[in-house]
Amino acid sequence: MAYAGRISTPATSAAVERALLGHKRPVGEWLFQGFLLLSLVIALGVLLWLLTDVFVRSLPVWQERGVQSFVSSPLSSDPAKAGIAQGIFGSILLMVIVTVLVIPIGTAAAIYLEEYAPDNAVTRLLNTTVRNLAGVPAVVYGLLGLSVFVALLNDVGNNGRNMLAGGLTLAIVVLPIVIITAAEALRAVPSTIREAGFGVGATKWEVVRSHVLPYAAPGIFTGIILTIARAFGETAPLLLVGAAAGGFGQAASATLVERLTGPYTALPTTIYAWATLPQAEFKALTAAAIVVLLAVVLIINAIAIILRNRYERRW
Amino acid sequence: MTASRESSPLTIKDLRGSTGRRRRELIIRSLFFMSAATAVLISILIVVALIGQAVLFITKVDLSSLVSGSWQPRAGNFDLAAIIAGTFVIASIAMLVAAPLGLGAAIFLAEYARPRVRRTIKPILEVLAAIPSVVLGFFTLTVLTPRVVDVICPGPTPIFNMAGAGIAVGILITPLVASIAEDSMYAVPNSLREASYGLGARRRVTSLKVVVPSAVSGITAALIVGFSRAVGETMIVALAAGGVGGAIFNLNPCMPGQTMTAAMTALAVGSDQAGGGIAYSSLFFVGLLLFVMTLTLNLISERFVRRLRSAY
Repeated sequence: MAYAGRISTPATSAAVERALLGHKRPVGEWLFQGFLLLSLVIALGVLLWLLTDVFVRSLPVWQERGVQSFVSSPLSSDPAKAGIAQGIFGSILLMVIVTVLVIPIGTAAAIYLEEYAPDNAVTRLLNTTVRNLAGVPAVVYGLLGLSVFVALLNDVGNNGRNMLAGGLTLAIVVLPIVIITAAEALRAVPSTIREAGFGVGATKWEVVRSHVLPYAAPGIFTGIILTIARAFGETAPLLLVGAAAGGFGQAASATLVERLTGPYTALPTTIYAWATLPQAEFKALTAAAIVVLLAVVLIINAIAIILRNRYERRW
Repeated sequence: MTASRESSPLTIKDLRGSTGRRRRELIIRSLFFMSAATAVLISILIVVALIGQAVLFITKVDLSSLVSGSWQPRAGNFDLAAIIAGTFVIASIAMLVAAPLGLGAAIFLAEYARPRVRRTIKPILEVLAAIPSVVLGFFTLTVLTPRVVDVICPGPTPIFNMAGAGIAVGILITPLVASIAEDSMYAVPNSLREASYGLGARRRVTSLKVVVPSAVSGITAALIVGFSRAVGETMIVALAAGGVGGAIFNLNPCMPGQTMTAAMTALAVGSDQAGGGIAYSSLFFVGLLLFVMTLTLNLISERFVRRLRSAY
């Protein structure tokens, strides 16, 4: 107590404190604070529980098979041979497709909405649409992919249930989020920077390219990295557009085009397929695949958070 | 050029710069506009794709199969009430978990935690939000159902049940609810808190009677967005709630059930590769229903957020 030193005896200070507190111990206060702390601890405790449980469950796979064998084996109905090579390959290629599509379109859309768009009905429609698309459940995008991309790519390979269709669908799932985060990053750049550019006769694009984008780039990239992490774990839309759940063969000599247009699977869809299998051996395999998925997702997130903390700029 | 300028007065045209530069500006601007317009294009595609097949479903479906008491598309039973009931049971359980946990965590971070603690905990909550839902689905099957639900539910509980899935969905949306609610409480001006302390109120009274009422729009928005996310959550339910083949109408959370989202994946995963047929159309009808529901919830929550913005 800050006033204790100035009041002569412990007895008087206790009396003063009692008088100030209205002769009551603040039990309600303690209970309330205890409840708040408890809710936070539960929320974070579940995370810890999940991580340790999955890791412990996956241990047999690492001990008996070794990391090398597990990550380099293809899907199989035999738990002793099954691995996640096809899932990892599929996920990486899907992320490449998503990144290639989403970076230019998402950033350009955000630049239009923040820098170019006049304040009129069309702009308001665009803004509302983007925000609402971000709230549409991913599984609905799966239906869109099924009826549009799978149908359009029907003749390309595997009845349209190929990696191109999957990548396009995932790109559409995350596009609204990329636009929103990029727009936020652009909005954070103060208008004085732009005015300085216009003041010396630069055009809009010149101002955006050499003054606004460099300052907004860390924010835009953080958003894109977080989005990639989200796309990496996205499962439901891929199930709808026909990522393979069971095993499928693919010649080791298959070219990139053949792989893009052939059957495919991704890491999360492999996890889903294994989790539904009844054999106990597959529980350990599922846990091991989850450890790999979580490692990738958490590392990507950590990179994004470090990037943001490092380059965050207060104006 | 300089010669002509000396003889005639400076015009607007001279200041505009070269035509090449202006043309480049126009091209870039239209490219950016087209990128932004893809959002509208996607929305139109969603609506067209969903409505086309949904109308097909309505015109072809045997009306008696809509009240058959169960949702088994391959057997021709399309009782929507069965999967809508499942959706609301699971989303309600999720809210029972996420509302106290999320709001409790939000009040703690905004009102009690020191800045350092807040800066450390918020990123960890973001990490929790980044966990793919398929992972939580597996966690539900292997841990939550045998260890938690089995204790809560009386008697032997089936491994696939709605309570486990609901709790897991609640855990999934807790960070989202906490983050939106915390933002709105953090935005409440300090002068209100100081006024409350000045009147002799303690922290709990200040939090509950001053800060929470001031941030009520944002808190409501957080709960609505959380509910909307719970309604649209797919993988946890597909893995842990059961009812892969179909679901009968059931409100008991300790029993298996199916949500609209899980019904869609179950149909898509199991269906023959050839599209078509009334079961295929039903997929889109359910999708349209889900789209309209989440869109409505999101529009309502946006209303609340806008009210918050206008307040301060």
